[in-house]
Amino acid sequence: MTVAAADLIRQPASVLAAAISAGEVSSVEVTKAHLARIAEVDERVHAFLQVTAEAALESAQVVDAKRKTGAKLGSLAGVPIAVKDVLTMRGVPTTCGSKILEGWCPPYDSTVVSRLRAADMVILGKTNMDEFAMGSSTEHSAYGPTHNPWDLARIPGGSGGGSAAALAAFETPLSIGTDTGGSIRQPAAVTGTVGVKPTYGGVSRYGLVALASSLDQAGPCARSVLDAALLHSVIAGHDPRDSTSINAPVPDVVAAANRGDVRGLRIGLVKELSGEGYQAGVLQRFNEAVELLQGLGAEVVEVSCPHFDYALGAYYLILPSEASSNLARFDGMRYGLRVGDDGSNSVEQVMSLSREAGFGAEVKRRIMLGTYALSSGYYDAYYGQAQKVRTLITRDFNAAFEKADVLISPTAPTTAFKIGEKVDDPLAMYLNDIATIPVNLAGNCAMSLPVGLSPADGLPVGLQIMAPPMADDRLYLVGAALESALTDSWGHLLIEEVPDL
Amino acid sequence: MSNAQLTVPFDEAMTRYEPIIGLEVHVELGTNSKMFCSCATAFGAPPNTQVCPVCLGLPGSMPVLNKVAVESTIRIGLALNCEIATWCRFARKNYFYPDMPKDYQVSQYDEPLCTNGWLDVTVATDDGPQVVRVEIERVHMEEDTGKLTHAGGATGRIHGADYSLVDYNRAGIPLIEIVTKTVIGTGPLAPAVARAYVAELRDVMRALGVSDVRMEEGSLRCDVNLSLNEPGAGWGTRSETKNVNSLRSVERAVHSEIERQAGVLDGGGRVIQETRHFHEDTGRSTSGRSKEQAEDYRYFPEPDLVPIAPTRSWVEELRAELPEVPSVKRARLQSTWGINEFELATLVNAGAVELVESSIAAGVDPAAARKWWTGELLRVANERGVELADLPVTATQIARVESLIADGSLNDKLARQVFEGVLAGEGDVDVVIAQRGLAVVSDDGALLAAIDEALAAQPDVVEKIKSGKIQAAGAIVGAVMKTTKGQADAAKVRALLLDRLGVSE
Repeated sequence: MTVAAADLIRQPASVLAAAISAGEVSSVEVTKAHLARIAEVDERVHAFLQVTAEAALESAQVVDAKRKTGAKLGSLAGVPIAVKDVLTMRGVPTTCGSKILEGWCPPYDSTVVSRLRAADMVILGKTNMDEFAMGSSTEHSAYGPTHNPWDLARIPGGSGGGSAAALAAFETPLSIGTDTGGSIRQPAAVTGTVGVKPTYGGVSRYGLVALASSLDQAGPCARSVLDAALLHSVIAGHDPRDSTSINAPVPDVVAAANRGDVRGLRIGLVKELSGEGYQAGVLQRFNEAVELLQGLGAEVVEVSCPHFDYALGAYYLILPSEASSNLARFDGMRYGLRVGDDGSNSVEQVMSLSREAGFGAEVKRRIMLGTYALSSGYYDAYYGQAQKVRTLITRDFNAAFEKADVLISPTAPTTAFKIGEKVDDPLAMYLNDIATIPVNLAGNCAMSLPVGLSPADGLPVGLQIMAPPMADDRLYLVGAALESALTDSWGHLLIEEVPDL
Repeated sequence: MSNAQLTVPFDEAMTRYEPIIGLEVHVELGTNSKMFCSCATAFGAPPNTQVCPVCLGLPGSMPVLNKVAVESTIRIGLALNCEIATWCRFARKNYFYPDMPKDYQVSQYDEPLCTNGWLDVTVATDDGPQVVRVEIERVHMEEDTGKLTHAGGATGRIHGADYSLVDYNRAGIPLIEIVTKTVIGTGPLAPAVARAYVAELRDVMRALGVSDVRMEEGSLRCDVNLSLNEPGAGWGTRSETKNVNSLRSVERAVHSEIERQAGVLDGGGRVIQETRHFHEDTGRSTSGRSKEQAEDYRYFPEPDLVPIAPTRSWVEELRAELPEVPSVKRARLQSTWGINEFELATLVNAGAVELVESSIAAGVDPAAARKWWTGELLRVANERGVELADLPVTATQIARVESLIADGSLNDKLARQVFEGVLAGEGDVDVVIAQRGLAVVSDDGALLAAIDEALAAQPDVVEKIKSGKIQAAGAIVGAVMKTTKGQADAAKVRALLLDRLGVSE
């Protein structure tokens, strides 16, 4: 296969992997094509915080050499990937989008990165994000916002806007995101890409700099359902370094993605995740997708999850509480930014000055919320109550999964909004995640995939599929069937319609 | 309140006040690896060489619970007659301090692994040994912090220091915290009860083999809570004394805190709820952090760890495998050694039971073993402010000294000098004897010369002896012992001189 670099960057990961494995193209060629694309467009997109070009080319050479020895290569060997800057990577700065960690080079690889390396994947660099994954627009990155390739004046979602935008800009065929309340799925929705939050405990959190430990989950980001499945199967599985990691076989997501079938499946429409607050254009594309699923042989039922109405409130108590504790270690004592260490300040003052200078406004807001919620005398009323709501939401899911095999909803209530539009209105920003948060609270799994462009603004709309814990394969079964029907009707993946940069 | 605070002598204080004590003991478990990572736990390694991303709390790292630590904690709980939880969790204790890598400590809060136990301790009273039951509130697990060294400044504390160094080798070492319920009604026995409790606890830990329980290395640390009240009145405000690093200090800390609080109360003052630091050198404590404003640790369940749910079968298995508890063992030894309760209590309080046991095993006569450990050696240990077990003397060395006494090569006085040399690090028993020239003078010629000299110097004494006042011979014996620098057998000198004078007893 002789392909121009311009074509290489538009290929699915599955195709690139097969071509590399067959010797039709080298990993070095593929890697160079993507590095060139990054050099060409990232100044405008700003998806990357770090591009590790040299290390990427070295990895690519190793894979190519390995192939020449006749060694069997993994399913994604030689394929480039970008990693959200919240996962540690030995010797490469990991900032979490924050000034407080500027220059910190972790001495160890996160398990996700270790697995990417073990699968012979080529890591291109680290992607931009809202500071410590707090946000839905990537505007809260201390290193400046990422721009949505569909319209550079708009947000790419968040917190993993960098990972999603890099896919939509064809800077990488695959990326890793993390999802605490929707940070994989909402960016996928607003960039016309696919993102999956695996079951909590399905992918190791070791080396994922914690925002909210009981909610965080790393997952695959891709331009197609099959590509997401291939990446999912590389990073998922039990890790003894993460006590909350599930010690059970990973559901066969690749087989499910290859099969793509909804015949006889019961699909539940969640009553509470629709209607008021959702843009008409979003609902229109969502409803068309529902009809399409019915046409494919699915049985669509309506389910009610009454406690989802309290999800956002519970989430904004649990997340800040855990975050206030997780982020305590950034105190200027051992690594990262240190301010005021001139001999005139006490250790407490240096800690305080460092945190004052190193954290952005949104991080400070949530640390204060969490500190308050955990305080003696308030704990029961806030953190305690929120945990009860969490239990009720899990019960709602359990009841709904009695009636339906999967649940669906729009991923986000709106399409991509303008950069700056909501940055000073935290509550409006928080509402972006209204449909994605329940899954994080309950710990089950969900996918967002594109279902068209909103007729109102021509921007991508995402549909969310939710499945029970450890039934991640169902996401791919339904997602692949829907994607296939949609691409049949469009003649291509939706991402092909992204404007030229 | 004035700084020059009056204290009330202990005995006087006890006529007006009743003490209530509570003891929090931290025990470092002797596991090979740390609580939440696989780093080594050896004491004394170069700073920051036994660390990894987990115990350094690096961003992204996660804890994994050490199963041996859980097992040890359950065994401790069982030995202390506790209930073992069927399900419990760790919690985060949040506060900022540079010795804490994460600025929170993984601990247990409202769901401890072991609860509601007790430990009987024996203290000596004028009416003989008395058994006091100390009730245990809880036994829980937590991770140790790093260790700070403050350089410069007058106080050796972080405030005023020029700079501070931190060693994270200790961070993440498994700690067990054992908290008593309030111990009331001990009156003037409070200092002895506190000491006996910590000594007993230490023996339990040793018997279980879960910790080396060395107070001076900090593997057993004790915080003393104490309040005073007038009889019949409500409980007083308590202070918490830290930095209590030996059994002796436990006793002294209670003693001195009673004297101090009595002074405050007598002066019409108010005892402040505070942390105090005990000073080994002065035997007194100084004021530390005020706890009037209770610190809010914002505890919440640690989301990075899963709950601990020990199965009943595992707990019963551990219960069945528990070693003989010290109290049972002591009853056995008491009967084997043929000693009374008071003598046993002396051994226990001195921390000498195991030492005597091993000395006997090395061949020392039981009475002699007890004599050395609770006599001369204990005196030296107290003088040095260390535990008996930490004296650099072995059971084998005691056995050697005893055999030399038995064959007449040493007498008691010389034996004490031998131990003085051994304890000073001058070498093994025979080396010390040779170097110090400590062998008993058994050459009759030398002794007779010394006797003749003494007799000549004291003719009046000679007359007395000859006239039948044989007890006057002591003066001659004393003079000979002085001449021979104590290196003679006094009985032999006496026999020789009487023989010389032709007097028989």
